[in-house]
Amino acid sequence: MATSEASQQATYGNNPARDPNRRDPSRRKVMGTLVAGWGLFLLAAHAGLLGMVRYLFPNVLYEPPATFKAGPPSNYGLGVDETYKESYGTWLVRVESDPLSGRDGIPGMYALSTICTHLGCIPNWQPAANKFKCPCHGSGYRMSGMNFEGPAPRPLERWRIVLATDGQILVDKNQKYQWEKGQWISPEAYLKV
Amino acid sequence: MGLMQKIAETQVWRSIFRHGYPNTPRNRALAALSNIFLHLHPVKARKSGIKLSFTWCMGGITFFLFLLETITGVLLMFYYRPTIEYAYNDIIALREHVPLGIMRELHRWGAHMMVLAVWLHMLRVFLTGSYKPPREFNWNIGVILLLLTLLLSFTGYLLPWDQLAIWAITVGSNMARAHPLIGNEGPGASLLAVGDVALVTPSSDIRFGLLAGRFVGAAALLRFYVLHCVALPLAAGLFMAIHFWRVRKDGGISGPM
Repeated sequence: MATSEASQQATYGNNPARDPNRRDPSRRKVMGTLVAGWGLFLLAAHAGLLGMVRYLFPNVLYEPPATFKAGPPSNYGLGVDETYKESYGTWLVRVESDPLSGRDGIPGMYALSTICTHLGCIPNWQPAANKFKCPCHGSGYRMSGMNFEGPAPRPLERWRIVLATDGQILVDKNQKYQWEKGQWISPEAYLKV
Repeated sequence: MGLMQKIAETQVWRSIFRHGYPNTPRNRALAALSNIFLHLHPVKARKSGIKLSFTWCMGGITFFLFLLETITGVLLMFYYRPTIEYAYNDIIALREHVPLGIMRELHRWGAHMMVLAVWLHMLRVFLTGSYKPPREFNWNIGVILLLLTLLLSFTGYLLPWDQLAIWAITVGSNMARAHPLIGNEGPGASLLAVGDVALVTPSSDIRFGLLAGRFVGAAALLRFYVLHCVALPLAAGLFMAIHFWRVRKDGGISGPM
């Protein structure tokens, strides 16, 4: 086997069919072409892969918008309003005082997220018991959103709530305020009425 | 000349089987090696290695259940439409109106059994030390297959589109929020930002990519359907082929200790 390969090598150089003026490209040039070729191919392949990952993140969502207007504050009486629970996942709560956000004795409104902080189910407002109660694992929250029973590790989140120029309440779910991070005291987490 | 021999001498027969009757060791080996399905298997197995008390046949039962899931799954696809308008009613119709109304039940119970069989297979391989060299690579392929089995169960869970399905996937996908770096509530997520604009938000993190939205909705249903019916079974088939072939390449089923 080895000898036949060697003899082939030997006759290769003397091949009569071979053009004697032909010059083989240098080793360096072949390597350079290979590196450039494979480099371009791998670059294109990774760009394609990246494009495929980006493809899976949609630009347009067929979901309710993250901001919504909820009419003037005068539409709301004291307590929990469930109008926007189904459509926007938000409870609008009007209170005389909200000591948890540092508004002791200051009447106003806040927008509570309807997502249970335990595992993401949607609790129900129980007016008789004056609490939010999650049907999944029994977490309970006060009207303020503060958790007091069940496995919930932290209070419900609040959304940004401001007054739009047309006098309507504007709730912005892009901005959330978490009590345990001390964010409920933020000016736009509470709408003074 | 017997009838069987006459058939075995026809051109049709001989074009399919390239070996004689498997009554010699050579022809038996050829029977396995020249068949695309059998060639994944070892040509010979130790008698002690294939004893039921040693293998529990759990790998084989898992594969059988995968085939059952494939067949019943394809049949279910003829009636099920993955949209929020139709999904739940189609599941009910599969039980109430479609002939042989147990097809979905077969698929569901087969899935439960498959998770159980995979688990027992893994336990058997562990107890018999069959994960040790030279089979450690195949153990890793098996772990990937375990993951694919669980992902198939997870994605299939959403398709009935009832309260259990929606909330189970809500709870399950919420875990992805806490993924390091690419989950919006995970450690290090705030590091990925340009100036004060966060890149990893509820509308761009890994959970968003999984659900194609900020919560479990129509897009998530379609996405899970495609994963469940096409992407994950293809991946599982590929890794199963490697898994079976490696059993042969690593010396067949391990011997009893």
